Amino acid sequence: MASTDQRAAPVERRVAALEQAFVERNLVRTEDVDAVVHNAEENWVPENGARVVARAWTDAGFRRRLLENGKAAVTELGLAMPPHHKHLVVLENTPTLQNVICCTLCSCTAFTIIGLPPGWYKDFEYRSRLVRQSRTVLREMGLDLPDEIDIKVWDTTTDTRYMVLPVQPEETIGWPEDRLREIVTKDSMIGVSRLEAPYR
Amino acid sequence: MDGVHDLGGKQGFGPVRYAEGRAVFKAPWEPRANALYGLGVRLGIMNMDEYRHAIERMDPRHYLSACYYERSLTGFATLCVEKGVVTREELEKLAGGAFPLALPSAEGRPNAEPRQTFAVGDRVRVKNEFVSGHVRMPGYIRGKCGVVVGITPAYPFPDAAAHNLQSQDEPTYDVAFDSQELWPQAADPATVHVGVFESYLDPAE
Repeated sequence: MASTDQRAAPVERRVAALEQAFVERNLVRTEDVDAVVHNAEENWVPENGARVVARAWTDAGFRRRLLENGKAAVTELGLAMPPHHKHLVVLENTPTLQNVICCTLCSCTAFTIIGLPPGWYKDFEYRSRLVRQSRTVLREMGLDLPDEIDIKVWDTTTDTRYMVLPVQPEETIGWPEDRLREIVTKDSMIGVSRLEAPYR
Repeated sequence: MDGVHDLGGKQGFGPVRYAEGRAVFKAPWEPRANALYGLGVRLGIMNMDEYRHAIERMDPRHYLSACYYERSLTGFATLCVEKGVVTREELEKLAGGAFPLALPSAEGRPNAEPRQTFAVGDRVRVKNEFVSGHVRMPGYIRGKCGVVVGITPAYPFPDAAAHNLQSQDEPTYDVAFDSQELWPQAADPATVHVGVFESYLDPAE
């Protein structure tokens, strides 16, 4: 999208300028930037959270530890969170409860676990409307919840991060963990979709 | 800061532009902008609170017209200039054009004194305070009552940390608000949870 400043250099030139200034001062090398880009694209992916969910569905002890202290529990699976994500609260959906997360002030997510936030999550529409029109927004996004399902919205305003533990679809009970991982989506861990019938 | 970034509950926006599996990055410069600010935090140029506030104090027209990663770039570049890491002239020369930055910051503030601790189940009221610097209290909960449902370890106090002031870390409380108390007769029924710093809270009467 265009900047309002008509004289502004194109945004890609501005990014390149900042990077060049850093490189010229030996603050970073181009390879360092490449490495961070690669790490973001390869490692901050929802497959991490899918492992967490599949383990919680199949291991009652892990599920209990995850709900008590999410950040400690995910380290059991070799997953890490950055220093400013000090606490991970896992929100358990039930047949009568939908949890959904947002960040009205910016874009916070547990990105090392559930993946970087999608574009719509950072857009003004979702940020402004989810807290006030939760059921309507979810319906617009394809999740049409009956009135019997209560909605809890979680606005990420501190160093706490949240993820939703979706309800396990009945027909997948007894599946091995690696197969369960395949059905868990980023959207289900944000809380804008459900995995079980009739919602999926 | 009652800026345009404080979007929760604002009206007039259209449908969420949703598509399942929509790409996180849509141009090659976006992950590079994201990586640069991440490296800036790692280099100790700024903390996350300073970074958030630098984005918030962008000119409102620029904030609303820039995409997410342009805001990220603008906030980070502003701090690099303010802290003397680079100059604006140098950036503009390298970019071959103007490099819009955020506007100057108001003052920060220390933790509230005294502060009261709360327990799960306590009914609390968010103070009716107006903070010109950085604050992590969305405007839609100002003066509103809710119930504590969770307590966290102590975190850096953003109202001070964003302005590079010394302060005490303090716990935050996940507070449950009834959407009908936040926007009477003008919201879908739901419970809205916000993480609220201890300094922002009083016991409810």
